[in-house]
Amino acid sequence: MDDLLSARSQMAMSLGFHILFAVAGMAMPLMMATAEILHLRTGRAVYLDLAKRWAKGTAILFAVGAVSGTTLSFELGLLWPEFMRHAGPIVGMPFSLEAFAFFLEAIFLGIYLYGWKKLLPHWHIVVGFLVALCGLTSGVFVVAVNSWMNTPTGFDYVDGEFVNIDVWKAFLSPAFPTQAFHTAISAYSSVAFLVMGIHAWGLMRSPKSEFHRAALTIALGFAMVSTPLQILSGDLAARHCGNEQPIKLAAMEGLYETQRGAPLALGGIPDDEARHLKGAIEIPKVLSLMQGFDPEHEVRGLEDFPRDEWPNTLLVRTAFSIMVMLGMAMMGVVGWSAFLIWRRRELPTGKWYLRALVAMAPAGMIAVEAGWCVTELGRQPWIIHGYMRTSEALTTVPNLVWHFGLFTVLYVFLGITVTILLRNHVFAAPASGAEKKEGR
Amino acid sequence: MGPDFFLYAIATALVIYVLTGGADFGGGVWDLFAKGQHRERQRLVIERAIGPIWEVNHIWTIFIVVMLFAVFPDAFAAIGVALHIPLTIAMVGIVLRGSAFTFRSYGLQPDATRRRWGHLFAWTSLVTPVVLGMTLAALASGEIRIEDGKVTSSLLAGWTSPFAIATGVLALVLFSLIAAVYLIFEGGGEFRADFRRKAFATQIVAVVMLVVVYGLAHLDAPEFAARLDASPYIWPLRALIAFLAWAVLAAIKNELDWIARAATMCQVAAVVVGFGLAMGRHLILPDLTIDDAGGHEATRLAIAPALVFGAFLLIPSLYCLFAMFKGSPSSGDDH
Repeated sequence: MDDLLSARSQMAMSLGFHILFAVAGMAMPLMMATAEILHLRTGRAVYLDLAKRWAKGTAILFAVGAVSGTTLSFELGLLWPEFMRHAGPIVGMPFSLEAFAFFLEAIFLGIYLYGWKKLLPHWHIVVGFLVALCGLTSGVFVVAVNSWMNTPTGFDYVDGEFVNIDVWKAFLSPAFPTQAFHTAISAYSSVAFLVMGIHAWGLMRSPKSEFHRAALTIALGFAMVSTPLQILSGDLAARHCGNEQPIKLAAMEGLYETQRGAPLALGGIPDDEARHLKGAIEIPKVLSLMQGFDPEHEVRGLEDFPRDEWPNTLLVRTAFSIMVMLGMAMMGVVGWSAFLIWRRRELPTGKWYLRALVAMAPAGMIAVEAGWCVTELGRQPWIIHGYMRTSEALTTVPNLVWHFGLFTVLYVFLGITVTILLRNHVFAAPASGAEKKEGR
Repeated sequence: MGPDFFLYAIATALVIYVLTGGADFGGGVWDLFAKGQHRERQRLVIERAIGPIWEVNHIWTIFIVVMLFAVFPDAFAAIGVALHIPLTIAMVGIVLRGSAFTFRSYGLQPDATRRRWGHLFAWTSLVTPVVLGMTLAALASGEIRIEDGKVTSSLLAGWTSPFAIATGVLALVLFSLIAAVYLIFEGGGEFRADFRRKAFATQIVAVVMLVVVYGLAHLDAPEFAARLDASPYIWPLRALIAFLAWAVLAAIKNELDWIARAATMCQVAAVVVGFGLAMGRHLILPDLTIDDAGGHEATRLAIAPALVFGAFLLIPSLYCLFAMFKGSPSSGDDH
């Protein structure tokens, strides 16, 4: 493994690991605060139990997210010093604000977790929502940096140097609004599906459990709001991508030839030699319609761009297909849920419905990872699109494969541990307590 | 706007990190050295003392990293290359330590597993401060060389000398001292007396280590030592540290815990400030000052008000957190 590949693999693995904890850190606090509000309103112990369980889950996920995030901030310098040397001052603003948002999130989470008895219930809930708010903003700030890498603005590029820097313009780069929207919403819908699946499993095993029923109700509520928004934001993001990063869109859609009336391809394996998407089902003119609201809109294909600027089309196309497919499946589940609720006026708990939820549990998280691959691999070979290649950003330190191996072992170990802890202490129904209090 | 404002911001963050995050590391060290029949009880008190605040304390490092690459990007890039190895070790330490602490606090597994996480937390608490201290010493060593923005010295330069290792040990001892002095406030009766004894002994080791590091600096980091000795503030600073060192010991002896805590904080802060005085406007001795660490006027102009704004939100929130959990002596709470 050469150093560039090692460094890229390590960055991909670190971010791929961190992003799961980051989305959980954004969505879990909102769910725990919601459960606590329901407890205040209804007085039912099961909601308090749930709020405490989810708070514990948040604590574990946030801690691992925090330390892996700290590591990432160092890794930027350990692996990509040339990138940070040029980009650091330009994207310093969102990073600085992120540091403060993260500070506040950690402060409020500390108060929330250890302040159950020290605060009045409604203040405790307010603090819970502040955790969620700070989690959301810190996520949005980090996405601002990534958006800038995709659509860099806020500087002039003169003789290989970045000059006349405008940090606010760099903060609000063209990709920022759609990318931030799409990423933020993905946190809620992916976590909601994961939680739904886990508690659907619980309900299948103990159908009378109020604990699992309450948890499923809240998570389903989150999924029903966030998933349609997620599809909408994906549509906006893709249209934006077509305008600002046409080569990335071309790779995502597997489109080689620039054309009017471009078809929407489903599935298919891109063949760069033959310049053809093999085995895809094509729906005529739909891609043009989606991109420009006009069946004759021109969509640029890969052949418009120099060959050495193409991303890895196979990976980008595959990741994109997985993301879209899962997004559609999630939307299908939400539609099905809405239909069942409309028909029966109660939480659906049919066998096949619960089975479907269990099967779909990891869908959101996989879609998040796939989406991340699309935006990152789709930008290659650039680290700052159009200005700096990833290979130019690499450190001069040799033998990075050791670095990669070390962190792989570390993160695999942590991932397994976290999974076991969550299974045993967060998502398992309490052995006693709420169940009995509910009189079931 | 000149870069000095940001140097002071970084220095302030470093001092706060040492006084807060340092104590968390120190807590882990005392967890490791917990002995006798009350061992598990002691560990629980330490865990509760750290629990609500360790993540917050930790974020000061992120703040320092962000300030470095936003305002002093050439220094950040050079540090990432020259100190690649110790920083990587420190990262592994930070990840394992934070995770182990959380797993132990929230994992209600069998006691054997819990204890294993406890050991991992304690050992990483011991190793990480040493490596961080070595990293800081490397910046002062004069061995890291930079030409035309490229690091020309080896990957082992600066952080492997006796001076660097001694500085690492000093960092560990100071962190343990701070933790011991803070922990006096967290438990009752026998626990208090125990930590007074521990703080007293640690302070003596700290004074010895200060002298050792100062001596080794003259051998391994001559330019740093010369700059330290030439500073117009060196005599007042020496007198201040000596006075505070005595005050800490005297206060512990007389059970004046509040004075012991304040004097310890001042003493440790004074040591960090002394390091800063000798470094002057250098981020890496001798090749990189804040004037040639890259950066842009426009970035500085924009980020300075953002820092002020952030501080307005941060300071009252931090105050609330510490007032809730560190205001009154020992109040165990469920979570």
